[in-house]
Amino acid sequence: MAKLLEIRWHGRAGQGAKTAALVLAEAAISAGKYAQAFPEYGPERMGAPMVAYNRISDEPILIHSHVEQPSVVVVLDPTLIYAVNVKAGVPDDGIYLINTPLSPAEMRERLGLVGTDAKVYTLDATQISIDTIGRPMPNTPMMGALVKALGVISLEQLIEDTKIKLSYKLRPEVVEKNVEAIRRAYQEVAS
Amino acid sequence: MMSIRVAKTGNEAVAEAMRQIRPDVVAAYPITPQTEIVQLFSGFVANGLVDTEMVTVESEHSAMSATIGAAAAGARAMTATSANGLALMWEVVYIAASMRLPIVMPVVNRALSGPINIHCDHSDTMGARDSGWIQLFSENAQEAYDNVLQAVRISEDPNVLLPTMVTMDGFIISHAMEVMEMLEDEKVRQWVGEYVPLNPLLDVENPVTMGPLDLFDWNMEHKRQQAEAMVQSKPVILQVAEEYAKLTGRRYSLFEEYKLDDAEIAIVVLGSTAGTAKVVADNLRQQGVKAGLLKIRVFRPFPAEEIANALKHLKAVAVMDRSDSFNAVSGPVFAEVRSALYGIANAPIIVDYIYGIGGRDVKPDHIESVYNDLAQIAAQGKADRLLTYLGVRE
Amino acid sequence: MSVPKDAGWKDVPIAGRILEPGSAAKYETGGWRTYRPQHVPENCIHCLFCWLYCPDMAVIAKDGKFSEINYRACKGCGVCAQVCPGKRGNKALVMVLDEVAAASGNDAK
Repeated sequence: MAKLLEIRWHGRAGQGAKTAALVLAEAAISAGKYAQAFPEYGPERMGAPMVAYNRISDEPILIHSHVEQPSVVVVLDPTLIYAVNVKAGVPDDGIYLINTPLSPAEMRERLGLVGTDAKVYTLDATQISIDTIGRPMPNTPMMGALVKALGVISLEQLIEDTKIKLSYKLRPEVVEKNVEAIRRAYQEVAS
Repeated sequence: MMSIRVAKTGNEAVAEAMRQIRPDVVAAYPITPQTEIVQLFSGFVANGLVDTEMVTVESEHSAMSATIGAAAAGARAMTATSANGLALMWEVVYIAASMRLPIVMPVVNRALSGPINIHCDHSDTMGARDSGWIQLFSENAQEAYDNVLQAVRISEDPNVLLPTMVTMDGFIISHAMEVMEMLEDEKVRQWVGEYVPLNPLLDVENPVTMGPLDLFDWNMEHKRQQAEAMVQSKPVILQVAEEYAKLTGRRYSLFEEYKLDDAEIAIVVLGSTAGTAKVVADNLRQQGVKAGLLKIRVFRPFPAEEIANALKHLKAVAVMDRSDSFNAVSGPVFAEVRSALYGIANAPIIVDYIYGIGGRDVKPDHIESVYNDLAQIAAQGKADRLLTYLGVRE
Repeated sequence: MSVPKDAGWKDVPIAGRILEPGSAAKYETGGWRTYRPQHVPENCIHCLFCWLYCPDMAVIAKDGKFSEINYRACKGCGVCAQVCPGKRGNKALVMVLDEVAAASGNDAK
């Protein structure tokens, strides 16, 4: 995949979108690729809509401007699709991964993508995280779903890098629960 | 050579470089977007990964004062700052240079207030360009890491003994994770070596006085001497780069010439925008446009002769200034580049673009428009205007 | 280690550093005064207040007793005379106009 892959994450501050973008970049880099991860910074408080970005490529990435036309969009909080234009800049055949209990077909309709070439994946990441981790922290399961949808980073690579990153802040048992969340999400993501 | 491929943000890379350098003293005060550097470093100290005396102070003025005190005592001392933090330490920044103390300070470029802005532009370090500090600009996390390591050797060289500020773009590089290569701890230890301070105040066998009153009968001689040190730093910077290339395989110089040899039009740029501009230049080359780029790494000392030499064959040059000097003429980099070209026969037509102020995103389209302007200027043999504010809403 | 007064910029110590310790002692400020303190031994109780308070270290003490004034350094501030307790209201240090003292041949060291 020499072509530059650009991803935009939509989340609410505190939901872990920035961490997810960073872990994804680390996983890509560990797999021998080139990657960037960066958040968009503004006046933030918990719950405010925020955005983070990734670029992934087989070749060195020199560009440093904002991501304008992401081919992949990840939405960590289902209510955001009403608050923010998650489709901005996305090409017709873009990929959307939404955290929601709704089915892909239902979400496609909500997003106004019926009849387009866009691919829509859904996952109830919030529920999975409550089941596994014990609290609503959708970012880790969403990463599992994302690597399944993208197919450019292996699940095992993601798990390895997630363990490393989360171990700085979380106890081993909690890290393991996050890994479980990722595995479940990988299995359950629907398209 | 052994290096380790890692994923780091710019701030993480610089904090790691500092950890590997093992400074005796680090004075710290937080300011966005630099805070993570001193925060991560203090974590390293707390976890016993580095044995540095960490001095938490009440302001940046104190941070630089404490760093100066430590350096004068004979310690390898560092601190880090941005924007108004650099502005607050302004008087002591000049003193650090005039006291000839080899302090290395990462400065994460952020716009000077006001209005209050936390994002990237170069107004902070451009504001310090007459302070007597060596200034190295970094394009990305790798360069920031490499520049901090080289800065220690440059500053501590007995023919230099001047402090160095190493810059990187705020948020764009400081908070963005990228691939980079780090050296092993032991290699860095060998690279920086043992610091042998000149006239350390803690050497009680050989007491000296530093920072005395220096009136009209002596001051000019000392300042002339300080000016000479800046002149002498240029060959040292090149020498250190040569040695660093042997250690890492990464070659640095005063500036980077990108597809410049046979170029007809080119951009002069500093910092992360150079990366984006390289991609644009590549695309234009594919369309047959002879586009090139010159990325300045060493802004102080200003390599006037070398830059003039590199640019003199071009038809048209655009300097990109990520700050305004409010002299009602142009930005600061333009003034120095144009001045360097003065007197050169058939010098290129040169124009200025002030861009990216307060973190305004500079997109590939913007840069392409600059090259398009240059192509027109080259064809017409003249420019319609000296200065363009790129990306501002009119 | 002294730097000659006409030293060029290449020969001055860097940053204006003063490499000769205690060089301030060579800078004689005795020529600045108008009045000088004169010792009156019969009134002196050798309390050494003058030695303690002199801002210039111009009062020399030996073996715990007043010895002499270093007139090369003394700037004539008069603090020593001010703090001197003396004996029964008579001071052991009296400020005398410098020219008068010099003219009467009184230790002009």
